[in-house]
Amino acid sequence: MSEIRIERISKTYPGGKAPAVRDISLTVQDSEFMVLLGPSGCGKTTLLRMLAGLEYPDAGRIVIGDRDVTDLPPRKRGIAMVFQSYAVFPHLTVFENIAFGLRMQKRPDAEVRRRVSHASGLLQLDPYVERYPAQLSGGQRQRVAVARAIIMEPAVLLMDEPLSNLDALLRLQFRAELKKLVSEVKTTTVYVTHDQLEALSLGDRIAVMRDGQIIQVAEPMTVYDRPATEFVGSFIGSPPMNFLRGTAQSEGAAVFSVAIGDQSLPAPAAVAAQTGSDLLVGIRAENIVPHASAPVGTGSAGALRAETVVVEPLGSHLLVTASVAGQIVKVVTRTDFPARAGMDIWLEPEPDKLRWLRAADGIAFGN
Amino acid sequence: MTTVAAPAALRRRPAPRWHLYALAVVISLFILVPIYLIAVAAFTPRAVLNGFPKPVVPVAVSIDTMQAFLNTRGVGQSVINSLIVGLLTLVMSTVLGAPAGYALARFAFRGRDAFQLLILMTRAFPIAILAVPLTVTFITWGLYDTLPAVALVHTALALPTTVLITASIFISVPVDLEEAALTLGCTPLGAFTRVALPLALPGLAAASIFTFVLSWNEVFASVILTVSNRTLPAQVLSSLGDSPLAYRFAGGFALILPALVFIFFIRRYLFNMWGRVVR
Repeated sequence: MSEIRIERISKTYPGGKAPAVRDISLTVQDSEFMVLLGPSGCGKTTLLRMLAGLEYPDAGRIVIGDRDVTDLPPRKRGIAMVFQSYAVFPHLTVFENIAFGLRMQKRPDAEVRRRVSHASGLLQLDPYVERYPAQLSGGQRQRVAVARAIIMEPAVLLMDEPLSNLDALLRLQFRAELKKLVSEVKTTTVYVTHDQLEALSLGDRIAVMRDGQIIQVAEPMTVYDRPATEFVGSFIGSPPMNFLRGTAQSEGAAVFSVAIGDQSLPAPAAVAAQTGSDLLVGIRAENIVPHASAPVGTGSAGALRAETVVVEPLGSHLLVTASVAGQIVKVVTRTDFPARAGMDIWLEPEPDKLRWLRAADGIAFGN
Repeated sequence: MTTVAAPAALRRRPAPRWHLYALAVVISLFILVPIYLIAVAAFTPRAVLNGFPKPVVPVAVSIDTMQAFLNTRGVGQSVINSLIVGLLTLVMSTVLGAPAGYALARFAFRGRDAFQLLILMTRAFPIAILAVPLTVTFITWGLYDTLPAVALVHTALALPTTVLITASIFISVPVDLEEAALTLGCTPLGAFTRVALPLALPGLAAASIFTFVLSWNEVFASVILTVSNRTLPAQVLSSLGDSPLAYRFAGGFALILPALVFIFFIRRYLFNMWGRVVR
């Protein structure tokens, strides 16, 4: 049970052009589930491997609990790791795979048996303990890898895309099991993934990474609703967040709006400092209310006229792709919304769900 | 009875494999027929063998020829010599070559490609040129006409292949497995001996067969470097010219047999990789 403190870590691989990790600081609370999320090549796996001791940073410090582990080899860090490839030992039975760490600690045989049986029970591996990994399915091998890690009762559990080699259905099922399991063992966990759904579903907090840096660290719903940058908003969520480009303008004392084409949206006072410059207005597809005809009474108070481009019924909801003055907007709505391609509709964003970003650097400001 | 014509792609059709089998049979015959003929000749009485045509199937079996060959002065000792040299070569080339192979497989160090090429180029160096300097060196070291001298030269000959083969074996053992062992409490050496080595063992066994057979069949260095402590091929070669036909067949058979037996026993390590049995 330990807190992890990462202090100003940097790492450039030999022969690498850009640093894989640049000046990252991050604190993971005791028994917190932290997800490192980002596209491939963003440095999330490198960061995890430095926590594991499989890579060493060029600069910075890593503290687990009260111990500076920056230069310690993996076996002295009190960590356990689950690999993307499972990395179960093909020449050992499931039992000996799970027992491997305890055997290394030279634990008495009775204790090894007791703890292996506990771990294999937790992961429903009891019928398979005498088998070799070659006789197991991918999902079962991943269970072995997880059992092998949690049996160590590590201070920190590290997971490197543990679900990405499973097929879609199994992934969904194991994701829920994993969440339950980790919340039961209460181990501080760092989990690497490029799958935003996994990150949202598992994490206590999500650290979104890009180009070797952490862009935003927050709880899943905060990252989803209030992305710190345009990148975060478009990386997380399916469909990604809509971003409409417009120009901030002042309409008299303390009244602001953003001009999008020949229409405009009312804007909060925070926009004041940006008057005259380009902005991005971010809004999630499910936070837009579409209307088949111009909403009465609202007037300029928010609805934008748009032309429907594509209508996709997706079973539980309808995905409408519309064009506002040439900018594409995705809208999620009820399946009975009467939209057809080519039809004009009016889009009314929920005002408190709007996100305001500077167009120049894609960074959010205001609320 | 109704039959539904399935689309061609869905129809379960046996792959046309007969020509594959035919090729396998041809290759097998190419190797087995000479061995078979030598074996038949080696166990045929001398009188029958000297007649014409030579027997293709064993008409009369006799171990006289083999017995005579094995009782020839020096033959028994040379078989033992060959075994000793072979095993020494195997041990030395594995001990020296496997770590180099491991390094090539695991670490991206500066000049790795050049090193690999260099290893290969040593094979292009004709041993005939080395014969005189080697002889002189071994005489000064007091190693001339000893088995270790022959084993050393055989090791030098075998090392390039040992290094490259073991490198490819260790490449096939995923790094993840060793890293997993590291996170589970192993030292780097422990991760190697507990995980990488057992997984590489079948491949290493294959590489060692190769080395052993190379040493067993090597004639040139053995002939040059020994006078009284001959290995079997050197012994057979030096007495081949002035021996009767039967002796030659017996010698040939004695040369083939141990290599075959060795391969036979180590064979299962080639095919059986921890439950992944080749069907």
